[in-house]
Amino acid sequence: MSEPAPKRPGLAIWLPLILFGAFFALVIWGLVRPADREVASAFIGKPLPSFALEAAVEDRPGLATADFKAGKPKLLNVFASWCVPCAIESPQLAALAKQGVEIDGVAIRDRREDVARFLATNGNPFARIGKDDLSQVQLAIGSSGVPETFVIDGKGVIRYQHIGEIREEDMSLILEKLKEAES
Amino acid sequence: MSSSTSGGIKPKHQRLVLLVIALVALVGAGLLAAYALSNQASYFYVPSDLVKDRPEEGRAIRLGGMVEKGSLKTRADGVTIDFVVGDGKARVPVRYTGITPDLFVEGSGVVAEGRMEGETFVADNLLAKHDEKYVPRQMGDMTAAQAKEVVAETK
Amino acid sequence: MIAEIGLAVLWMAAALALLQLFAGISALRPGGKVLAGVVRPLAVMQGALVAVSFLALIDLFLETDLSVKLVAANSHSMKPFIFKLAGTWGNHEGSMLLWVTIMAVSGGIVALVEKRLREDTLIATLAGQAFVSLGFYAFLLLSSNPFERLPEPAPDGMGLNPLLQDIGLAFHPPTLYVGYVGLSVAFSFAIGALVTRDVGPAFARAMRPWVLGAWIFLTIGITAGSYWAYYTLGWGGWWFWDPVENASLMPWLAATALLHSVSVLASRNALRAWTVMLGVIAFSMSMVGTFLVRSGILTSVHAFAVDPERGSFILALLAIYIGGALALFGIRASTVTEGERFSPVSREASLVFNNVMLCGILGIVLLGTLYPLLTEAFGAKVSVGPPYFNPVSAIFAIPMMMVMTVGPLLRWRKDNPGRITATVAVPALLAALALLAVVVFAPGIRLLPMLGIAVGIALAVASWFPLRGRNLRRTPINVWGMVISHFGIAVALLGAASESAFSTERLAAMNVGDVQSVGPIELKLLSIEPVAGPNWTALEATVSASYKGGEPVTLHPQARTFSSPPGERTESALHTRWNGQLYAVLGNEGEDGRWQMRFWWKPFVPLLWLGGLLVAFGGLLALLGRVAKDIKRLRVFDKLAYRKSRLEQLK
Repeated sequence: MSEPAPKRPGLAIWLPLILFGAFFALVIWGLVRPADREVASAFIGKPLPSFALEAAVEDRPGLATADFKAGKPKLLNVFASWCVPCAIESPQLAALAKQGVEIDGVAIRDRREDVARFLATNGNPFARIGKDDLSQVQLAIGSSGVPETFVIDGKGVIRYQHIGEIREEDMSLILEKLKEAES
Repeated sequence: MSSSTSGGIKPKHQRLVLLVIALVALVGAGLLAAYALSNQASYFYVPSDLVKDRPEEGRAIRLGGMVEKGSLKTRADGVTIDFVVGDGKARVPVRYTGITPDLFVEGSGVVAEGRMEGETFVADNLLAKHDEKYVPRQMGDMTAAQAKEVVAETK
Repeated sequence: MIAEIGLAVLWMAAALALLQLFAGISALRPGGKVLAGVVRPLAVMQGALVAVSFLALIDLFLETDLSVKLVAANSHSMKPFIFKLAGTWGNHEGSMLLWVTIMAVSGGIVALVEKRLREDTLIATLAGQAFVSLGFYAFLLLSSNPFERLPEPAPDGMGLNPLLQDIGLAFHPPTLYVGYVGLSVAFSFAIGALVTRDVGPAFARAMRPWVLGAWIFLTIGITAGSYWAYYTLGWGGWWFWDPVENASLMPWLAATALLHSVSVLASRNALRAWTVMLGVIAFSMSMVGTFLVRSGILTSVHAFAVDPERGSFILALLAIYIGGALALFGIRASTVTEGERFSPVSREASLVFNNVMLCGILGIVLLGTLYPLLTEAFGAKVSVGPPYFNPVSAIFAIPMMMVMTVGPLLRWRKDNPGRITATVAVPALLAALALLAVVVFAPGIRLLPMLGIAVGIALAVASWFPLRGRNLRRTPINVWGMVISHFGIAVALLGAASESAFSTERLAAMNVGDVQSVGPIELKLLSIEPVAGPNWTALEATVSASYKGGEPVTLHPQARTFSSPPGERTESALHTRWNGQLYAVLGNEGEDGRWQMRFWWKPFVPLLWLGGLLVAFGGLLALLGRVAKDIKRLRVFDKLAYRKSRLEQLK
């Protein structure tokens, strides 16, 4: 600006800006903090608990811990037919499956015919689907709701947890996490 | 337009006086607010904190945790309930008079606003912490580990 | 097709805003006069284009075009018409488009009608307005495009949050938005005036109708929001000091202060730098409020779509605009020349007192709202509620309202306190009597409601004194506006104090046929039956209520269950009498088959919202009065200019 020459120091004039700066610092801190809000973090880096679930639909096998130790990273998707956001993420899951990502599903508290109907309407991107009627697996892997998606590396270790539906803008993140899990 | 001439005497201090008054008032407001906040803000406790470091009787606090399964009892008046909130390490009995929120069920997370009276936490208000978008209502049988987790979430 | 048109038009508007900014900047530089002429038309065109874009989105929602992602995610073909319409702005993208629309349209109106201001100040203002809206254009177009198509049309929409499916709430957010964005105009005027160092009465007169307009909308929005929370949450309270509520209160406090300081600047040419500062603060508070609500940085009882990423975008805009404006203020404020002076006993001084008190309350609310975040930084989880906000804000509000009884009676510049002592004695006496009556007849009332009743009665009477000795027909309409607004504040205060002092509550488990009473009202539960609405089913209680044994009326509190998307909500039932309101809520069924019912009798509580509406109505009168005066003055100016040009031609 052209004329800085103030007649007197007038520190008070800068006070609002200083206060605003303090406010800004505080909320920036508040925004970057979310890490500790996520329930998930505790389970990341831990191996999957052992489980063996029976098949939820006829044309896909059930799901067990051993299926995740084949050396290749996979996605583990926790879903349910009664869950509306699960239907929203289906195009994204289909796109991931198309790119060769193997996705295994766990259907939570569901009935066989409901799952079948859900997959018929929304497409079936899953290689295997386990049926978790008591939410046991869900709780054991630290998921508190549906849908949630976990990135599991080739040794069966949880590497990343995505809470809520996978939206289009989350796709690159998921792919990136899968890549990280390869190493 | 009546007063387009801005001439006249310009005493240096009027501005200064105004500024000082405003500053004093605002600083006063700030100090007052800080004092009141330190007295009136209600802290968040989980049951194990409550047992370890008990707040003074009657001070407004919030208690978060899981409603223990099988602990929910309705009294004869039909509107007062007793239940136990736990976090896997400690348990606190809670009394509440009023209409419970829709998502308040045994085995789910809850945040209660109220105060300690003797050994009991008396709640004025219950906030059920449960995202109806994701979790089915009947999901009640959570493990202690899960309970801890919900506690972490309800913070 | 409509979606594509809407998007294209939005991009064009953004491009025009960019042009407007650059044209404005170069017009202000030496030798840039050529471009000065294009700034106004650009602003008008930009406003028109954005309006078209918004209309396109409304059309998509009304048609329920399910190939558009936003419609599919937020609407439903089964939804009633009015909620389809409200669905347009009942979501993040749509509300941001509404925000930009209001901003650009107000910019266009400023460009079209504002003729009092120096031309360079106006150009700087419009450039400022373009600069501010550009940020929001970027936000919309880059991260929240409302017109995005789905690869395949959805079979049906996802519906709208049942909590938001309420007629009051459908129009509540846009009302607040008009208020928030109206303050952006005041902000742009403040920036414009700082840039050209043209802070004076003309600037204040140009800014005043915008501040008034925004303030009216904020007042209505807050009043309606409070009523909404009152009947929809089923907790019987009308203000919870929730972050979302505070987010709307803070801009109102700042705008109220600005409103008063602007009139000092307009009529007395004093409080120059202060008014500019408030212009910046008022809009900052709008943005801070939006940020706090949208980022989810603070948790709230009000359901709201929350997204930290969007929060950071708004925060970035906040940093640019507000940080920039405050820096500009720091650099320029010392060059704003001193205004007229006044004595400590004068109308100016009372308005300064009002401003300081309002800012004090603003600071208290802001601090209380942010405090949980602050302590979290140090590892403690706290929440701050009424035990903090009520007494601490009253420490500022009560003296302010006491001065309100006196201020409008004082003369500008310098007054003799003795002149009005006799007049002021009347309300002072009334307040003392009221205080005495309350102490004698209703002992045990807490201090705050007691003071509220006393001050409220004094103010309700004193607010009419400025009309004394005036010919009522010739009294300018804006004076009436002030009188009614101040009276409205008194009415609202009385309602609030009465609610807090005299409410009675009854909570009971009832069988059908049981009788209960609350205050002077006897209640009987007649039946509980299921009922169905367009997209919900409900259990409905039928309760008959009789006031002091008189003719009974029936109430129907409900517990509703929504189908798409699933959700539950209690629908309280209200019965309003001239002297109070009965409030009934249906709770859950107990194991023994009894139903939980909760009743309140709240004497004079409707005064609270009536007062709010009176305040807004007073504001409307003031606005009409000012605009009428301005139009008159403009005509005289036009005539003068015409004569002058004729004279020059003759020479």
